[in-house]
Amino acid sequence: MKQEFRLSGTGGQGLILAGIILAEAALLDGKLAIQSQSYGPEARGGASKSEVIISEEAIHFPKVTKPGVLLAMSQDACDKYSHDLDKDSVMITDSLFVSKVPDFGGKVYELPITHSAREELGKVLFANIIALGALVKLTGVVSAESLEKAVLNRVPKGTEDKNRKALEIGMNLIKD
Amino acid sequence: MSKVLLLQGNQAVVEGAIAAGVKFFAGYPITPSTEVAESLAEKLPQVGGKFIQMEDEIASMGAIIGASLTGKKVMTATSGPGFSLKQELIGYACAAEIPLVIVNVQRVGPSTGQPTSPSQGDIMQARWGTHGDHWLIALTPASVPECFELTLRAYALSEKYRVPVILLMDEVIGHMREKIELPEDYSDFPQAERKQPDCAPEDFKAYATDESLVPAMPAFGSGYRWHVTGLVHDETGFPKGTPAATLAAANRQRAKLENNLDDIVQVENYRMEDADFAVVAFGGGARTAYETVDMARKEGLKVGLVRPVTIWPFAEKQMQELACRVKGILVHELNCGQYVHEVERAVNGKVPVSLYAKYDNEPATPAQLLEEVKKAMAAL
Repeated sequence: MKQEFRLSGTGGQGLILAGIILAEAALLDGKLAIQSQSYGPEARGGASKSEVIISEEAIHFPKVTKPGVLLAMSQDACDKYSHDLDKDSVMITDSLFVSKVPDFGGKVYELPITHSAREELGKVLFANIIALGALVKLTGVVSAESLEKAVLNRVPKGTEDKNRKALEIGMNLIKD
Repeated sequence: MSKVLLLQGNQAVVEGAIAAGVKFFAGYPITPSTEVAESLAEKLPQVGGKFIQMEDEIASMGAIIGASLTGKKVMTATSGPGFSLKQELIGYACAAEIPLVIVNVQRVGPSTGQPTSPSQGDIMQARWGTHGDHWLIALTPASVPECFELTLRAYALSEKYRVPVILLMDEVIGHMREKIELPEDYSDFPQAERKQPDCAPEDFKAYATDESLVPAMPAFGSGYRWHVTGLVHDETGFPKGTPAATLAAANRQRAKLENNLDDIVQVENYRMEDADFAVVAFGGGARTAYETVDMARKEGLKVGLVRPVTIWPFAEKQMQELACRVKGILVHELNCGQYVHEVERAVNGKVPVSLYAKYDNEPATPAQLLEEVKKAMAAL
């Protein structure tokens, strides 16, 4: 089964890295994955998206056409990248930045992602890892072990504990 | 031992360059090719190579031509505006027959265009960007593993035929990350070698050839002395402006490639065994087309994909053969229509050739291409 994810927000929020980590976690699980991105010429700011497709079989077209999950971490991104959602899609928003959620007929999880990063870890830059924790808890698309391993492969030395904590915070944002 | 990685196309080019034995890179970073320079800046010093960020793209070409003359395998990487700047010295490299590889990760143009958006608008520029009659090779990968393989192949061809090879990529393939399996180290990889003279230095004539029509190329500093020029020259390497010398130079440079098209030109067929309609697509456009073909097959339509891996020299024979096997051809490219004219020329009216041109910053979705395929099939 092919699962398609679109992680969107503002340039600088670390969503391209989040997409890479999700795809690498899928490879660790023995699946295939493609990550691609779209961004403007700006280094910071501007709506940005990172797309990940995970499948057991060969993936040809690298862009998402039927998003199973849209993560929106800014209002701009929510407006710009939600046009092709349908009732089977799920949206995860960062409640600090997204106040107007379009009615696409599917489920919406409004989560305090950046708020938790600031309150519990003292830095908003952990928001992308918290978001990944929530997304994986919600979908089970990759195993928690592979996700943790993929995160630790990519983050700077000395930040491992905080990133583990960020994953845990993210997972706890989704109630069983 | 091998390792499984998630790499960008641009990074796979770098791995291919290291595996091919590249020891020199000169360039000027530009989106969407920057990762090639960025990654080689890190990796070349680890293998005893040199990385230079030059003042511009023209100087980068000059630097790699000079480094190639010392016997090294060399690379530069660029995109749109930078590729335009490199054209003058690409002509010099053709005239002086300098082996080198130029990576062009195409972006939307002309001019500054759309730096982060995919395009295949440099198909004709890759062939005819520099002035004058000239012959070179351009290869187009359609996956991350193929970026690695075709980089190796680019060096094999460049060294064998003493010709510039353009690795003509696009943003879709350059920036996409997918799975690639690579060996732990590249020490067992066969290294392409330049033909060396079998005469004494004092008897050496720089552009004298055997039946291969490819002259031997000793490295500067090896004791063999020769003159390098962009002026038309005879086999001594010194300028000669006679009609006979001009004709001989052009004919030999053309024939050294045209006599070897079976070795140079590669085309992949996907689900073509029983196809009666073909999509022709390459690079990022082919990624759409594979899926479109699968969708068409599910609906019972006998559609296949023909994917030129070698863009230049043009796959003339393959396209002529294709025209005998199918009832119609649709060319899909991320520009207003460039490669399609070559296909039309080769097919020469035998079957209808149509075009699905996409040039709005986004690759076509498989569904969009399928709709175009159906339209073209209905019009047959």
